[in-house]
Amino acid sequence: MDQKISLTIDGKILEASPGQTILEVARGNGIHIPTLCYYKGTTNVGACRVCVVEVENARSLVASCCMPVSQGMVVMTDTEKVINARKLVVELLWSSGDHNCLQCEKNGDCELQDLVYELGIEKPRFDIDSPGYEIEDTNSMIQRDLNKCILCGKCIRVCNEIQVHEVLDFSMRGSNAKVGPAFDADYIDSECVFCGACVDACPVGALTFKQARFKGRPWELEKVRTTCPYCGVGCQMDLNISDGKVVKVTTDSEYGQPNFGMLCSKGRFGMNFIGNPDRLKTPLIRRDGELKEASWEEAYSYIAEKFASIKEKDGPDSIAGLSSARCTNEENYLFQKFMRAVIGTNNVDHCARL
Amino acid sequence: MTNSIEEIEFTDAILAIGTNTTENHPVIGSCVKRAVRRHGAKLIVVDPRKIPLVRYANIWLRPKPGTNVAVLSGLMNVILHEGLLAKEYIETRTEGFDTFKETIEKYTPEYVEEISGVPADDIRTAARIYGEAEKASILYTMGVTQHTHGTDAVKSCANLAMLCGNVGVEGGGVNPLRGQNNVQGACDMGALPNVFPAYQQVASDEARTKFEKAWGVSLPAKPGLTIMEIMNAAHDGDLKGLYIMGENPMISDPDLTHVEAALKNLDILVVQDIFLTETAQLADIVLPSACFAEKDGTFSNTERRVQLIRKAVEAPGEAKADWQIISELATKMGCATSYASAEKIMDEINSLAPSYAGITYERIGEEGIQWPCPNTEHPGTKYLHKDNFSRGLGLFSAIDYRPSEELPDDEYPFFLTTGRVLYHFHTATMTRRSVGLNERYPESLAEINPADAKKLGIREGDLVTVTSRRGSVKVKASVIETPPEGTIFMNFHFSEAAVNLLTNPALDPIGKIPEYKVCAVKVEAA
Repeated sequence: MDQKISLTIDGKILEASPGQTILEVARGNGIHIPTLCYYKGTTNVGACRVCVVEVENARSLVASCCMPVSQGMVVMTDTEKVINARKLVVELLWSSGDHNCLQCEKNGDCELQDLVYELGIEKPRFDIDSPGYEIEDTNSMIQRDLNKCILCGKCIRVCNEIQVHEVLDFSMRGSNAKVGPAFDADYIDSECVFCGACVDACPVGALTFKQARFKGRPWELEKVRTTCPYCGVGCQMDLNISDGKVVKVTTDSEYGQPNFGMLCSKGRFGMNFIGNPDRLKTPLIRRDGELKEASWEEAYSYIAEKFASIKEKDGPDSIAGLSSARCTNEENYLFQKFMRAVIGTNNVDHCARL
Repeated sequence: MTNSIEEIEFTDAILAIGTNTTENHPVIGSCVKRAVRRHGAKLIVVDPRKIPLVRYANIWLRPKPGTNVAVLSGLMNVILHEGLLAKEYIETRTEGFDTFKETIEKYTPEYVEEISGVPADDIRTAARIYGEAEKASILYTMGVTQHTHGTDAVKSCANLAMLCGNVGVEGGGVNPLRGQNNVQGACDMGALPNVFPAYQQVASDEARTKFEKAWGVSLPAKPGLTIMEIMNAAHDGDLKGLYIMGENPMISDPDLTHVEAALKNLDILVVQDIFLTETAQLADIVLPSACFAEKDGTFSNTERRVQLIRKAVEAPGEAKADWQIISELATKMGCATSYASAEKIMDEINSLAPSYAGITYERIGEEGIQWPCPNTEHPGTKYLHKDNFSRGLGLFSAIDYRPSEELPDDEYPFFLTTGRVLYHFHTATMTRRSVGLNERYPESLAEINPADAKKLGIREGDLVTVTSRRGSVKVKASVIETPPEGTIFMNFHFSEAAVNLLTNPALDPIGKIPEYKVCAVKVEAA
């Protein structure tokens, strides 16, 4: 059933399974083929043509992301013909948009910039002609600059095939083609649910996290992997830290279970509370009817004395504790241990029922 | 969940009952939608509201609020009569089938239509989809549980799954989707009045001896009070001191007037939180905590997967991690406890909670592990009850439909049902401080069906007064077809329009869960 196919890529004899594409086999064997529109787990569309390779006896260059391997196939990923084709594609993309890296959030983390560098293109042989779209900044979460869009369609596929929110698609045709919600609406006026997957998917600076703009360039950000604090899915995500503050949340499909690189609006854009000025910073004790700042020592002594006196007078069962579905396992463990072993009561519960 | 999130995508049929998962756990919602759009799974949605998932459903059953048990019984009646049951599975893996079968007999689709308003033929169609599927998954959440008959509805889900041999198989299962990041872990860790960590009963001499030995103290055998009983005891003056860590009952609990009176009646209220919440404002002592981004630890997700959180930034001011606060307070109270790190606490958990024994920080660094995980060689458990149920044989329960406690009448003619919206979370202390989420959902809205709105002369955005026997709130109306005629939906995120001033504190007799999904209200233009 699962017969293996043997093929050659760049002179290496490789084994593959039927149905695999040239790109998958090459990447699986550490052979670099650049792509802009390929997005794992979605339809292979062959839109960008950057992944073209030469296949012996084929009439023209083929898009490696779409071409299934076959027995005896001989593939070359690095010939002059291939490089020239890639250069042409990249120069066309470069010249048809406003790819100015000076103030671009993706500078240093841009797949188009990487390709220009990899291919050593000094400047495009065509005149730069940006479409002149207005930058969409009508919401505080996602900034959209279609002048930088390379129409790779990754945002569309992640929106429709992975998140299945079915908000984004292409509209118009030819050089007027653009990506967006129905009726060319701004994100905020559309059915968009702000999961931010399109921003993570965007290979260039067309879609960026607005609140993170000018808060730290890619190489200045420290990513700390953690678990989302909202619902029970437990999404794996990266807090992006700059100057001791969380500036944005990204994720990575390589983290695997349980979210495979997907988030929702709360995990993505619900982190402003972390450094919020309203956060409690010191213990407070009510004096003369008002909560006033106190030291930890005062607070602990107050609680210890009060609980001890209630325990003595009315028994441990006149004290109760509510633990928290928001806190960690370690904290819940300690809390119930405190109530049972220190106070001496089983009056401990939390809001599982609410 | 008996099964895992990733299995949902590759099952043959999904019954989503009382779960608005695309708004409450959107990543699971996407998983359901992928199952339908990309893998051809069939989807049955059971919900009084036209939730977003309805758009993806093969069939949508729209019962009157509070009639889940009748609908589930109707599905099982059809499955029994059309021979879609898993005979061998029932014989070899379950007991109690005959009594169960007798009870189900009277729930013909026509009888269920009378109770629930769901057309008899739709019950038949849905039953065939679930019954004919090779493997099928039941997803449910608070729409099933937050009723005075919530336990009955959960048992009915279990009956249905066993009836078709769907428990203990990959892609099957009875899957409650947890709404809070670590509600699973809080239960696992014994933050419940009747059990120690890993559900070891406090009333069991053996379990108590084990923990007495480990902790070096003698422990009480009598199970404690549940959250609602705690509030009642405080209200009646029997409870004097309350220590609340990271909870906000002044928004989240039913009948807030009663809760406020209860909290004010205490001799001491200690609240430990990250913000001065509505509850903290009533406290005698407030202790500042570090939030999830400022500490290390673990959360257990809805599929029992234990995963790490890692410190990314410093806590503000003098705020400390909750575990540090508890251990310092314990020390102050004469019980010296000191842990160098959260990981050291996990070491202790490993030694006392058998299902967590093999879950160490070292092992969950890359990908979490699902309990039960009895030792450090064990890979964790993807789905439960594979060859045996926890009790041996799966028990069919004979269950009869009971109406909800408070139904609409002449004075209070509407059902009120409550829940969350996509852009906010629980008591919204975190989400309301997030700029983008508030652009999307800045204020509370009461959803009302256009037909009802027309009758009452209410237009989109009008201020309305919603009143129950317990209280009254003013809120903006959203005229929308999501709720059925005769039902108002409100969220519980906004303190200015606190829906829990209205809700009925009637409890399920076993689960002690309040009936948030059904009470009676009247609606007037304000």
